[in-house]
Amino acid sequence: MTPKDTSAAASGPGAPVLDAQGVSKRFGAVVALRDASLILNRGEVVALMGANGAGKSTFVKILTGALAPDSGHVRIRGAEARVASPAEARRSGLVPVYQEPSLIPDLDVAANLRLGKTPVAAFRHWVAALGIADLRLDDLIGRLPLATLRILDLARALAAEPDVLLLDEMTAALPTDLVDRVLSVVRAQADAGRSVIYISHRFAEIARLCDRATVLRDGATVGSLAITPGVEERVVEMMLGANPPRQSAAAQAARAPRAGTPRLAVRGLAAGNRLNDVSFDLHAGEVLGVVALEGQGQDELFDVLAGNRRALAGSVAIDGQTARLRHPADAIAAGLTLVPGDRSRALLMSRSVRENIALPLVARMAKWGVIPARNEAARVSAAIDRLQIDTRAQGEVRRLSGGNQQKVTIARWIAKGVETLLLFDPPRGIDIRTKRQIYALVRDLAAQGAAVLFYTSELGEVQQACDRAVVIFNGRVVDVIEAQEASEPSLMRAAYGLTSGDAARKAAP
Amino acid sequence: MSATLTPVTRLTRLLAQNPLIPLILLLAGLVLVLEIMQPGILSVFWIGNTIKVAIPLAMLAACQTLTMLTGGIDLSAGTVATITAFVMATLAPLLGVPEAVAIALACALLAGAVNGFGIAICRVHPLIMSLGTGLIANGCLLVYQRYVIATGTLIPDALVWLGTGRTWGIPNGLVLFIPFAALIIWGQRRTGFGRLLYAVGSNEGAARLSGVRSWQVLLALYTLSGLIAGLTGLILIGLVKTPSLSLALRLDLPSVAAAVVGGTSIFGGRGGYGGTIVGALILTVLTTMLTLLHMPEGARGILFGLIILAVTALYIRLTEKG
Amino acid sequence: MRRLLSDSGWTLGLAGLLAALLVMTKLIQPDFGVSGLDSLGRAALPFALATLGMAVVVIAGGIDLSLASMMAVCSVTAARMMEGASDGQSALALIFVLALGAAMGALNGALVVASRVPDIVVTLAMLFVWQGTALLILNAPGGAAAPWLRALGVGGLTLPLIPEALTVWLPRSVIFLMVCLAVIWLPIRRSPLGLRFYAIGSDALAAFRSGVPVGRTKIAAYAVTGLFAALGGIAVTMSTGIGEPIPGPYLLAAVAAVVLGGVVLGGGRGGLIGPILAVFVLRLVRMDLTLMSVDPNVTTIVEGAIMVVVVMLGGVLAMRGRRT
Repeated sequence: MTPKDTSAAASGPGAPVLDAQGVSKRFGAVVALRDASLILNRGEVVALMGANGAGKSTFVKILTGALAPDSGHVRIRGAEARVASPAEARRSGLVPVYQEPSLIPDLDVAANLRLGKTPVAAFRHWVAALGIADLRLDDLIGRLPLATLRILDLARALAAEPDVLLLDEMTAALPTDLVDRVLSVVRAQADAGRSVIYISHRFAEIARLCDRATVLRDGATVGSLAITPGVEERVVEMMLGANPPRQSAAAQAARAPRAGTPRLAVRGLAAGNRLNDVSFDLHAGEVLGVVALEGQGQDELFDVLAGNRRALAGSVAIDGQTARLRHPADAIAAGLTLVPGDRSRALLMSRSVRENIALPLVARMAKWGVIPARNEAARVSAAIDRLQIDTRAQGEVRRLSGGNQQKVTIARWIAKGVETLLLFDPPRGIDIRTKRQIYALVRDLAAQGAAVLFYTSELGEVQQACDRAVVIFNGRVVDVIEAQEASEPSLMRAAYGLTSGDAARKAAP
Repeated sequence: MSATLTPVTRLTRLLAQNPLIPLILLLAGLVLVLEIMQPGILSVFWIGNTIKVAIPLAMLAACQTLTMLTGGIDLSAGTVATITAFVMATLAPLLGVPEAVAIALACALLAGAVNGFGIAICRVHPLIMSLGTGLIANGCLLVYQRYVIATGTLIPDALVWLGTGRTWGIPNGLVLFIPFAALIIWGQRRTGFGRLLYAVGSNEGAARLSGVRSWQVLLALYTLSGLIAGLTGLILIGLVKTPSLSLALRLDLPSVAAAVVGGTSIFGGRGGYGGTIVGALILTVLTTMLTLLHMPEGARGILFGLIILAVTALYIRLTEKG
Repeated sequence: MRRLLSDSGWTLGLAGLLAALLVMTKLIQPDFGVSGLDSLGRAALPFALATLGMAVVVIAGGIDLSLASMMAVCSVTAARMMEGASDGQSALALIFVLALGAAMGALNGALVVASRVPDIVVTLAMLFVWQGTALLILNAPGGAAAPWLRALGVGGLTLPLIPEALTVWLPRSVIFLMVCLAVIWLPIRRSPLGLRFYAIGSDALAAFRSGVPVGRTKIAAYAVTGLFAALGGIAVTMSTGIGEPIPGPYLLAAVAAVVLGGVVLGGGRGGLIGPILAVFVLRLVRMDLTLMSVDPNVTTIVEGAIMVVVVMLGGVLAMRGRRT
């Protein structure tokens, strides 16, 4: 029970502090990890990189003990890490700092320290070192800004004197000066002998901080590179894999002219912590892609447009008319219909396919009376036919396959009639055939005069479905790319903020 | 979900999809046990009697079923039924029967609307809100009772006919209850409002994204629930024939139990009134059985509480598996 | 605004309101004095203990609807065991009842944790179970309370060595309440356990990540609630002299006092002083209405309406909080 001693005996100076090999994990039929590995030496900072859906978050959960792997092993200082709870992981020497601060909002700082048995003096030292001068221990966590909380979380982790520090998007919500402090403190800690796993989308920070980058793709570790100038291109290549360039028929199809009043004009939209300032135009007959890494504000953007969240600033105009979107019902009345990325947010899992598709038809108070059964059946079956939904298990949507569930969320709006479709990452976790069907449908809808805003986490899909794409980074539009130029590498570079930002103005002429 | 189906999972799935089959089997089994316990008890008269007693319970359980479809509950239903019955019986000699019935039902609607306001607009948990409304309503009843104590009571013949009468051995209450049940079962399936009850209970967020303003649904629902509770009170007074201040209070718990036993999920989105009717019959037979066994009232409360807990826990397991 | 209210400002405001109500009472009834305070304290005692129990579990992110039924179980158990018992026996009975309350509460909590059914549903079912249990123990009001127990809650405080005139205005029932609070809650509040109650109520995931055993902490919170329910049941027996198997109107009153006392439904925020002040405010409103010779049933309506409005306001505030 004293891993410190055993490791000291088992590992020589050259042995890795953390050694994960052949880690795999599946959830039902979905393989999240096939063969992930990570080696971390003493005093080393390793960036863990991978495109969306590469299996990063599953790997992190396994490393921190929140999930048990199906096969493979994780050794910390040579001892098998068998951790069933975050408390045990901490004892074994690995301390994570999550994206969401794990501090109790209703307790003050001191109470949070007592809860995790953090030594106060060490904590204060780190808080000061990280650049927060005026922290009071009786400040309530819930009243502190997010940036401060992340610093406190990091300080708490450092005060526990971990052997391995895992930082998940540590700098995401921080202002530049704090980023600087964090990077130099972490680097100094590494130089003093601690090891760090650093998860980030930001190449500039990785270049400054990390010694190596380990890249995950499709659930497997595809390589580990030393960080040298110009390594970015190589990492992007590794994340993408050796995919042959795909050109779809859709990309060559004649595009609708983008003139006249746009169907949807978004100006300076801001919401929540992440969406800062987004503007673009979407015309009828157009499919506009949205490309962004995780958590760059795209979730907020779609929620605001769907009336599911209030904007903090900015305006939305539909066909030239400024729209007030206070409730999804307002958005639907204005023709803005959302297919959310998480299917479970849109579906009545315990109800039938028909009830799910027909839901918007009865939503308004005027439609509370008798359901016109024949009309409804006709609309629903037309939508089912158009999307080719397999309805063998139509009693409960829960029993459908993921792809069919996704189709139901789209069929709902086909049955209602599409004007402007907000499609959030539909290909996530569905098979290739269904994907193709959805792209064909999107092109078809646009050809019939609908406007489609299409966020996808799979960059290779942009050329297949979209006319052009806006790239959002850090809550702002950083680039607008025409479909012809939207190759995966160029999108990836843009999404990582590697292109100059002067293209942003092209989005909203 | 695995592709291979063991007989057990197939059975649980069948039961989850057609809760009426096992419920009716359970009911038949209970009746059989009763017949073995006391041979000769099974007769047309006994069946009629059981149905007669089960009707008010099943009607009050309609309040629970409909509110539970949205993930709510209406614990003021028993009080509202009592008030409606009492107000009607005391006003009838003063104002005449139709006026008394109208005023009594207006009281029921008002109580339901207060529930609806708190639950739909202030977003108070339905359990707490309906408990509170019940408490206030009960206070109002006590005050009211002091002012009308001298007027005497009148129970209209029509209600007595409905509550206690029989035609060819069949209780007359069915004249009201069959259309009532048919209307609710039809309404929950074939009207937009019924659909929205399931939608709000199944996933309120998803309903919202589809343009449903759930406060409208909930406000209308709890008002409707008040109205149904009022109707139940009128039937019940015809059955019991003496207005009292605790007329329907003892039905509150069994009405929740009837809906839960009948396969309506207390978390919303599943179930329906058909199961509740069978559930009410099961509970009525079960009560007869407990009475035959000389089971004290306390034990009955414990049993019903445990049934609610066990059935709910079972539903959680079933839905998590799928 | 809400943050400001939920802070100690809220508690101070309640204290001010209570003082104002006391002054008003004195105006309505010029001879309101020692005996008036005593009867107020006695009337408030079971409500205050129920409220303390509810506050603890609400702080930990739960709710216990079976509270009043548990009080009934404890009341009848105490009354039955004390009937004809010697002083020593009845003291043992008292300890047994306290343990019983904690055990019932722990069972509630264990069922919530193990069944994964929401707190509100589990404790609703347990409401009926405990209510039935109380009826099984004692079918109708009956039993007896030990004389020394009855004396504990009546009259003013008398201490040896201190002149009676100085202390007599302080009702023993209030002292009883303060002792319960000091013996049970203060040690918990100071210990890691109290911190964990707030932690799991505030953010269960963050608490888990900070190494808090969430399930066990929740069971402990329910057990403390059960303990306060036992004290509440004993207080009922203490003031009436008999066991009362039908649960009194303590459930909704406790929820209302908890909300009015600044504890947020949903957990993590508030203390126990605010809810106690809220109990006295609500009791005093009732007392004033009675003093103004308002029909006691109207008083019940007014009281019920105040409670419902308080809970509704709590709902609206909680909704605002979620939005921001």
